[in-house]
Amino acid sequence: MKSKISDGGWSPYLAGALAGLLAIASAYATTHWLGKTSYLGASTTFVRAAGLLEQTLAPERVAANAYFTKEKVKVDWQFMLVLGIFIGSLAASLSDGSFKVEGVPPVWRDRFGTSVWKRAAGAFLGGIIAMVGARMADGCPSGHGLSGMMQLSVSGFAALGMFFGVGVLVAALVYGRRHS
Amino acid sequence: MSTDQWLGLFTGVLFGFFLQKGRVLRFEKQVGAMLLKDMTILKFMLSAILVGMVGIHFLADAGVIALSHKPMNLGAVLLGGALFGAGWAVMGYCPGTSIGALGEGRWHAIFPVFGMVTGAALYAELYPFFKSTVYAWNDLGKIGVAESLGVSFWVVIPVFWAGVVALFIWFEKKGL
Repeated sequence: MKSKISDGGWSPYLAGALAGLLAIASAYATTHWLGKTSYLGASTTFVRAAGLLEQTLAPERVAANAYFTKEKVKVDWQFMLVLGIFIGSLAASLSDGSFKVEGVPPVWRDRFGTSVWKRAAGAFLGGIIAMVGARMADGCPSGHGLSGMMQLSVSGFAALGMFFGVGVLVAALVYGRRHS
Repeated sequence: MSTDQWLGLFTGVLFGFFLQKGRVLRFEKQVGAMLLKDMTILKFMLSAILVGMVGIHFLADAGVIALSHKPMNLGAVLLGGALFGAGWAVMGYCPGTSIGALGEGRWHAIFPVFGMVTGAALYAELYPFFKSTVYAWNDLGKIGVAESLGVSFWVVIPVFWAGVVALFIWFEKKGL
């Protein structure tokens, strides 16, 4: 077993197992304190964020939209969870010195060069497509992948299979052959 | 802040801490998995699933918590899943990890976030159209793997564990 972890990071098996314990504790805590079992997820928060932003420009348009009405535009449990991810990641990266200001990710740079604008355009377009897909499928790798599969939901297995299967195909097309 | 907001924040801080410590927030880890050369994110996800699966079903069996399957709407899950996969490969982050990546200084993750917020607004506009098309095709409902197979989930879980552990052993053998 070769160790790739030499920068203060933890084994992904350990970190993942801890996230699994957190998922159990969270299901219990939300049931106990909030009266309804909630599972870890992230993508609905982007709908709420979009709704909150759009509300500042066209509140009546948000109020009239069936999807915003369905998902409820508010800063709720999951919205704060997503903000919490930022804080937890910041704390962890500062604690072990892995915080790094980075403008273009390395693998992208190898393929597309150092242009921030090219990266911005690709990421923006990718983000639009991915979020339309996540909302259509009703979940992302957290909601469908982690939470769905740990509940043995058929949709969790199907969604993660599609996410990863199509991701592999598109990554091969976009980033070319394996980098050494 | 209300109780639900505090609880969400606390849970998120721990989740973000574990995600960062497992080094799964990196663009190169996400794309590395899709290029089939670095399985860090799958190790993290599947470990979380293995552990979570046991506890969640134990609590659900005891009637302490409720399971909440997302609907297996065939068109929506398959087409939406494919779109997500394509976008994920290009932006190199999923919704949760994009926010985490910002936390560890990778400020370029703001572009995926802008894209995803825009995508969410676009989806809200397209929702009536999808509802009458994609969603109307074939909805199998909120189904679980164990019920679909007609067995107890305590039968499915050990089989799943065995399969994933075998996969882990293979990852390590191949140095992935």
